[in-house]
Formats: sequence, C-alpha cells, structure tokens
Amino acid sequence: MSKEKFDYFIRGEKGKYEVVIGLEVHAQVLSKSKLFSGSSTKFGADPNNQVSLIDSAFPGMLPVINEECVKQAVRTGLGLNAKINNYSVFDRKNYFYADLPQGYQISQYKNPIVGEGKVLLEMPYGSKEIGIERLHLEQDAGKSIHDMDPSNTYVDLNRSGIALMEIVSKPDLRSPDEVNAYIKKLRSIMRYLGTCDGNMQEGSLRADVNVSVRKEGDTNFGTRCEIKNVNSIKFMQMAIEYEAARQVELIENGKKIDQETRLFDTKKNETRSMRSKEDAHDYRYFPDPDLLPLKLEQKLIDDLKKSLPELPDKKKERFVKEYGLNAYEANVLVSEKEISDYYEEVAKLSDKKLAATWMMGDLFAMLNDRGLDISKSPISAKHFAELVQAIKSGEISGRIAKEVFEIMVESGDNPKKIIESKGMKQQSDPKELEKMINEILSKNKDKVDQYKAGKEKLFGFFVGQVMKLSGGKANPQLTNEILKKLLKG
Amino acid sequence: MSLDKEKIKHVAKLARISVDEAKVESLTKDLNSIFKFIEQLNELNTDKVEPLTSILNQSLRSRKDEISDGKIREKILKNSPKENEEFFIVPKVVE
Repeated sequence: MSKEKFDYFIRGEKGKYEVVIGLEVHAQVLSKSKLFSGSSTKFGADPNNQVSLIDSAFPGMLPVINEECVKQAVRTGLGLNAKINNYSVFDRKNYFYADLPQGYQISQYKNPIVGEGKVLLEMPYGSKEIGIERLHLEQDAGKSIHDMDPSNTYVDLNRSGIALMEIVSKPDLRSPDEVNAYIKKLRSIMRYLGTCDGNMQEGSLRADVNVSVRKEGDTNFGTRCEIKNVNSIKFMQMAIEYEAARQVELIENGKKIDQETRLFDTKKNETRSMRSKEDAHDYRYFPDPDLLPLKLEQKLIDDLKKSLPELPDKKKERFVKEYGLNAYEANVLVSEKEISDYYEEVAKLSDKKLAATWMMGDLFAMLNDRGLDISKSPISAKHFAELVQAIKSGEISGRIAKEVFEIMVESGDNPKKIIESKGMKQQSDPKELEKMINEILSKNKDKVDQYKAGKEKLFGFFVGQVMKLSGGKANPQLTNEILKKLLKG
Repeated sequence: MSLDKEKIKHVAKLARISVDEAKVESLTKDLNSIFKFIEQLNELNTDKVEPLTSILNQSLRSRKDEISDGKIREKILKNSPKENEEFFIVPKVVE
C-alpha cells in the first residue's frame, strides 16, 4: 500500500484551515446492575421497571458502588495504556433537568479513576497516536421522550444510574476520517475487553464532539464549540464538516466564534446553538458527601492487568508474524474479536494467506449483503476452511469455488459434499487432460498449423476449447502446461 | 470574596430558588457577613495540605454486581406530580 499524504483542510478564501477535534466518548459499562444501585441495566425493559429508590433519588437513600463497574473502568484504562489512579474521588455535578432526579450527576472531576493514556490509529498516511486525557466513572441520566404528547415530556428512568465511562481524548484528531478510526478503535478495544458492548443503536456509545479551526501552521488553538450527544459515527462526521465550515466562514467574515454548546440536527444536517445561557457550564462540582474516596490496591490493578485478553494491537502484530499477513489484512481481521476468532479457526485448518484473501473478499461481501455479523455466518469456520483447502489443493478452481461458496451459503452443506454431488471437482489428472487435449488438437489441425507458423494468440483458443469440453473443470495450470508441451511436439 | 446582588440572583437561579427582589439586598448583606466569618480561615497557610473531604479514614465500601432492586414502578410513580402507568410526566422540556 503506497502511503498517501494527510490532506483534510477547509479551504477558505483567505487560506487553508486545519480542523482540531477532541472527543468525549460516553461508553456504557457492561455490568448486570447499576453503578450505585442494584437495579438491572438490561436494555429494552418496560419503562421505569428497572428503577430503585436510589435511581429515582428518594430522600435518605445512600449510593453503594458496584465493584464490577470499578474493575471494568480499570480494565478499560489498562487497554488504553493509561495510568490507573490508586486514589479517586466522586463529585456531584449540579444541574437541573427532568431526567436527572437527583439534581446532580455523580461523576469524577478532579481525581478521575484513570489518567493519561494513548490509542494508536492506522491511517492511509501512517500510524498516528491519539492521546487520552482521562477516563472517569459517572452515572447515566434517564431518558426524556418528547414525542408522545404535545404538551408534556415523558420520563423513563431505566437508564438513570447506569455506569458510564467518559473517555476524554486530547485535541489530537484532525479529520472526520480520524474520528471514524478513533471511535472504531475504542469500540474494538472495549469489545475485546468486554467492558462495553459498543452498540451505538442502543446508545451504549455516544460522544460529545469538540471542534475548532485554525489557519494551517498556527500553533494556538481556535475557540471551540462542543456538539452534544452525537450517537453515530456518520453523524459525528457530518457534524464536524458542518461545524468546521461554519467556523471558517465566521473567521473569514471577521466575526467572533462564541464558545458554546451546540446540537446536531440530523434532519437539517446542521449544528445550532443549544443553550445560550452562559451558566450552562456552571456545574458547581464538589465531592459527594455520600461517597468516600475510592482507593484501589495495587494488587487488584496488577491482577486485572494479568487477566486482560490479547488486545487488537498485539494480535495484529502476531497475525503478521505468525500467519504471514500484511499489515492491512491483519488490521481488518483483528478489528472485531469475533472476526479474529473466526479467522484463527480457519487458518488452523487451511492455508493462512488464502484464508485471509477469501474471508476479506467473498465472505465479508456476503455478510455485508445480508447485514449479518460474523457470529451469524451461514458458513461455519470449519466448512470455510475446507473450501479454502479445496482451492489450495487444486481440487477445485477459484471460479468453481465461487459457485461452491454460493451453494454453501444457501444450503449450509459442507463443501466436500457439494463438490462431489455436483461433480465440480477439478480435472487434475494429467493423463485424462492429455487425452482430451490431444482430441481437441487433432480436430483443429488447421489452427495447430497456424499456431506453429507463429500465430501464438491462438493459444487462448485452445485453452477455451479445453474449458468448454471439461465444463470449466479442467485445472487451468495443468491445462497450460500440457498444451504448451503438446503444441511444441 | 464579596458577593454582589447579581451573584446572589445568579446562585438563586442555579439552585432554582425564587428570590424576591425586595429580599436581595438583605440576603446579600447576610451572605457577605457569613462569608467574612468563614474567610478568617484563609489566615492559615494550607499550601501543602490536601483538602479534607471526609473525616473518616476509610475507603469506599463496595457491593457485588448483582440485581437486587427495581420492579417497583408503581411505588416510584406515586411520587410523580403527574403520571400514567408507565412514565413520569413533566411539562414539555425540549431544546
């Protein structure tokens, strides 16, 4: 793969502008119960049925922290190569909203559980490191539903109190493509770790996007705007493009950018100011008097570190070394844990390189067409490996393999059975092929003479005849060899 | 630190407490004198002292990740100003 150059700039009339992006990703922690209460976190339950007196903020209730949520945050921190803080504090972030019964969100402000870390991205122009500023634990809010009644808002508190990890990046991202790669990488790491399911449709992963622009070459950051709560990568990218263009236009017209919170309207494809009130960020944080500081034993952190699974970056290195894949193939095959598991199962039973090629080609195309995850693949890893082996051994040609593949998808049968029952086996017996080719040559004496007189283009004609006679099953390589030999004689 | 009337109104707004314009003057005076009293503490040098957030020399108590609560919708919705069988209902809040 040749290396491209980074080129994402907004071109204004007065020059090129660089876009500076930082993300605050909110990732729902995978746990059975909530951060400070024993209510279930299961998605899709009846409204307000997974709510305790703590989640609905009844007076006198005391929050008690879920030890698993703490461990999940530590695991995620370790996966982000970050510093784990042995001492962290829970604070109250105060604001009023109908879906926040406490009137404050329990979060971590000055002393988060996880400090600085980094994430590595593979971009077409090389690898790029994105700094992580911090990761902290906090409560999710409930859900407001505005479209059930023209004059009222309905509130469902099932989500209220579920543990979130807020992962704050440094302002190191420079384009919508980098944002895409960053979110996918975070998601992949957390799914490997089993700390967040990364399901964006269900809101398990959302982000606030901070965008600013500056003239190319400037070292100071411009004034940033924060786009709140964007819940798909596509919308993040659209919001960034719109917002960057808006800011450049303001600058070029000599206007000032207000630092503010904005909202991305997915229907109009634009961002607009959300809270004009300047006190929107006046959260008056203070340590939650209901909760003591969280102290982590170093042994707990060390034990969690030892129990971490192999993460995508390491696995990628191993795939290159162990299976002889190139960096691109390895990167694709480790992107999801399920994909890498499938590949490894196939690679153990068949040719490693050919398996990668066929997986990334026909298998992915088929899954994509049908909107299936690899875990729901109609072709098992074992059958897929048998198909790859049948190609590798020369039992069937690549062209026939595509037909076998289609039948496998429809029937779920193993390739051996299909090849045998449909008589698709490649003709690789040299003696039989030679017999067939001799037959063809003797029927086309005139063309053989022309070929020998120098009309070498006719070679393709002979190959075509062999394929026709064999029903496409003649081994192409062997056919070429035998044809050459016989035409010489 | 001294508080002016604007600050008092701002804090009241953040806390969703309605304050009579007539009372702002006396509130400002009262709060300022309270602040003055507290600010005596600034005479101490606390440069190398970590803020004390709890007087208990203990760490946070934790619980196992088990579902032990919920499914008490009826009880919870009883305290809603307006409700139906499933939801809390509040005046429209849309941005």
